[in-house]
Amino acid sequence: MHSGISMASTWNRWKKERESQIRDLALTFYTLRRSPLSVIGLTLVGLFLLVALIGPWIITHPGDIKGAVHIDQKLKPPSRAHLFGTDEVGRDMYSRVVMGTRLSLQIGLIIIFVAMGIGVPLGILAGYTGGWVNHLIMRITDIFLSVPGLLLALAIVGALGPGIKNAMVALSIVWWPGYVRLIQAKTLALREEAFIEAARSVGASKLRIIFSHILPNCTSPIIVKASMDMGMAILFAANLGFIGVGAQPPVPEWGSMISTGRNYLPDFWWMATFPGLAILVTVLGFNLLGDGLRDVLDPQSRGQIR
Amino acid sequence: MKRFILKRLALMIVTLIGLSVVVFIVSRVAPGDPAKLAAGPDATEEMVQVIREEFGLDRPLVIQYTIYMKGLIQGDFGRSIRTRHLVWDDLKNFMPATFELVFVSISFSILFGILFGILSAVYRDTWMDHVIRFFTITGVAVPMFWLGIMLQLLFSAKVHLFPLGGRLDTMVLPPPARTHFFLIDSLLAGDWGTFANGFHHILLPAFVLSFPALASITRINRAEMLEVLHKDFVLNEKAQGISDRLIIFKYALKNALIPTLSMIGLRYGWMLGGTILVETVFNWPGIGNYAVGAAVYSDFQPVMAVTIILGLNFMIANLLVDLGYGFLDPRVKYE
Amino acid sequence: MKPVLEITDLKIEFDTFEGTSHVLDGIHLSLGKKDTLGLVGETGCGKSITAKAILRLLPVPPARLVSGEILFGGEDLLKKSDEEMKEIRGRQIAMVFQDPMTFLNPVFSIEEQLVDVISAHSNRNGSRKEIDRKEAKKKAVALLGEVKIPQPDVRIKSYPHEFSGGMRQRVLIAMALSRSPQVLIADEPTTALDVTIQAQILKLLHELVERHGNSVLLISHDLGVVAKVCRRIAVMYAGSIVENCSTEALFNEPFHPYTQGLLNSILTFSKRKDAAQGIQGGIPDLIHPPSGCRFHPRCSRAMKICEIEKPSPVEAEKNHVVSCHLYPVRKVKSF
Repeated sequence: MHSGISMASTWNRWKKERESQIRDLALTFYTLRRSPLSVIGLTLVGLFLLVALIGPWIITHPGDIKGAVHIDQKLKPPSRAHLFGTDEVGRDMYSRVVMGTRLSLQIGLIIIFVAMGIGVPLGILAGYTGGWVNHLIMRITDIFLSVPGLLLALAIVGALGPGIKNAMVALSIVWWPGYVRLIQAKTLALREEAFIEAARSVGASKLRIIFSHILPNCTSPIIVKASMDMGMAILFAANLGFIGVGAQPPVPEWGSMISTGRNYLPDFWWMATFPGLAILVTVLGFNLLGDGLRDVLDPQSRGQIR
Repeated sequence: MKRFILKRLALMIVTLIGLSVVVFIVSRVAPGDPAKLAAGPDATEEMVQVIREEFGLDRPLVIQYTIYMKGLIQGDFGRSIRTRHLVWDDLKNFMPATFELVFVSISFSILFGILFGILSAVYRDTWMDHVIRFFTITGVAVPMFWLGIMLQLLFSAKVHLFPLGGRLDTMVLPPPARTHFFLIDSLLAGDWGTFANGFHHILLPAFVLSFPALASITRINRAEMLEVLHKDFVLNEKAQGISDRLIIFKYALKNALIPTLSMIGLRYGWMLGGTILVETVFNWPGIGNYAVGAAVYSDFQPVMAVTIILGLNFMIANLLVDLGYGFLDPRVKYE
Repeated sequence: MKPVLEITDLKIEFDTFEGTSHVLDGIHLSLGKKDTLGLVGETGCGKSITAKAILRLLPVPPARLVSGEILFGGEDLLKKSDEEMKEIRGRQIAMVFQDPMTFLNPVFSIEEQLVDVISAHSNRNGSRKEIDRKEAKKKAVALLGEVKIPQPDVRIKSYPHEFSGGMRQRVLIAMALSRSPQVLIADEPTTALDVTIQAQILKLLHELVERHGNSVLLISHDLGVVAKVCRRIAVMYAGSIVENCSTEALFNEPFHPYTQGLLNSILTFSKRKDAAQGIQGGIPDLIHPPSGCRFHPRCSRAMKICEIEKPSPVEAEKNHVVSCHLYPVRKVKSF
């Protein structure tokens, strides 16, 4: 009983402390709701997350994920038994596409978090320290940004060898410089702000300023970028899967499924069509959501490139 | 201006060296053993060793890099470990196809991106705007390779409207090489048949390659046009009785093009990366296709060479974009 | 004398997010030939909206015409087609806007902008031949000279950002006068400038309209500015004209309590007596405007009827029109 009361009071205190943030969040959702495209984006992303979450329970042929072979069932068109048809060895495409959702979510999350883990600290370091540290970090960032991302990823996977893990490593290496650029610019701007100046003048330590002033003010652009990047990272992973250096069959990755399905065109069109639609819908969802979030959270950057 | 260009060129060289170091480190630190791969599964340890020595893979990294750089300066990109071809010879064969494709695609997406952006902004909230916006939204999300495959399925397999791939029909001989761009060379030779054939072949891949860039450029140009059309100076131009056509296509557009230009630069990079996909789908004999073929076999020299070539191309494009700002905006000062 | 421009009972509403804003509540104004009329009022009272309404430059929607007419040369501008309006804008009625920093296109040279304005109407009206651009440039240089920009033949090559605020305002004036319009509307042409520059610009404007014989509608929140240039003054409050008379009459014997308050505040300032006696309260909410006379909540002499009925304009004295229930019939001198 006692702990219940204290929990309630802690909750209330927490709620009071966070009042403004909670209001911001409510406002965010309110504004998002008013833009139909954002609602579509939110719905698609919600659907994607739901399918990723409950995937194992809604698939019809669990064995087909791991690479079961049913030659007698091969290349069957979409039907009641196989919603999206079957592939060249008789695996159920529907089950594989659904499980590809979960894989894509993992791929996207891992790439984004690794990229953020490298990019955000480096960006803050560069922006806040300035001087030669800034120069060095930004020059290195420029090198990575000087070459088209997909190409660099291809080069890295080419060296590491094909495979889904290597593809994720490669894409993480390609992705972090974008976060450095974003956060460095933001930190540079924040450093000149009056409230940071004030914190400095009352003797707040560097770390304190970074954690309680700079980082919180970077969250909005980070969230916006991360939302957009989720879609793009999934797309890039599929790109690598398609050209044969990413996920390898029978891993149910959308890109590599399309790559296989392509050999069975035009008669067995479903093999390449459904995984592609899955990519399209997913990336579309994250892009629309990211757009909507940007309009709400970071309206100044609207005209800019993300 | 001159100083700015020189400075940028110097910076470009530094970045290029940095890039080569990055790519080199990645290639040599990687766990896979290219010599073993090249020698094949049945090779003995001696055979692998021979390959290693031949390609200098047994020497210290720094030495390997110096040798590589020395070659690079002379335009020597090394040898493919798989085919033993000189990479530069391969590049010479494959580069024109890629650049022809990219050139057509980027021109297409700039031209129509700007045009659609203007139309969409001027006819805001009409059916035309909605149609254009639908394509811009999906355009960025659609996987390029899948779009290519679907178009092949529709227009090459179901309806025989376009060829499946390649630069020319197998029966058609390439035009006499001058620029190595088939479209231009065939025109220079006055060979309309070959030109038509080449044009027929390039349409689908160029469309696919330009699609995401077209969507992005349209989108940003629409947004910028909308913003500019609400600016005070446009109101003044209207009040002065300047015609709508002049206001839209001259006065507003030049302002809108400034942010659009930076998007063009950015999307050009996507496009260069996209050649890997589109060339694979359409069997286009370019360096993207070449790099993929090599990467699958961990044959590193070609991949490295293509990365550096396309990286250099992207850097030059970025320099041109920066010079373009000065052309569009008199407030830009080059230092 | 027949007025050049006559506005009767102009009512305009704006649809906003919070509701309908009743911005113009029945404006009556007339501008005689070679007349100079000042339109004075607080920020947000609808002065600029009136000006833009004359040239039909208000964005529709959100703006919506409820009633009224704007007669120009006997024809209602509100009934003209868009094409006809384009003929009138700049050529017969021209406008000088408020902020010289934002009303010139930043990415075109002064020459380009002036030349396009000068030749704006020449390529229509059947005669296909454009005014020669060389000819137009000569005229542009002459115009810049006329607005006293030093070395006009050199400075014409400049871009707006290379000019000071005062110089840009001169350019805007040159633009507006370039086709000798019958009517010149100047919307706060000096507000954004330094005090010393303000005086210069006003003097210039005064000289020019004297010389060219344009009719002028000068809009300002500053009675002092208007008094320097205008023969007559119309005082505007919350979307209607409350008083309209000659400049002398306004300063010597203002009728409307709002005008009295307005004068009071500037006179006490300039004489540095006590604290300025402003008018109590603030500008009203135009979405839910006060009933009856919109000024009644702030009026020290408000009566019962002021809350109920909107006063109509009466000619309280010859050529001195006021809208106030204190003056029910021809003038009764009560103070």
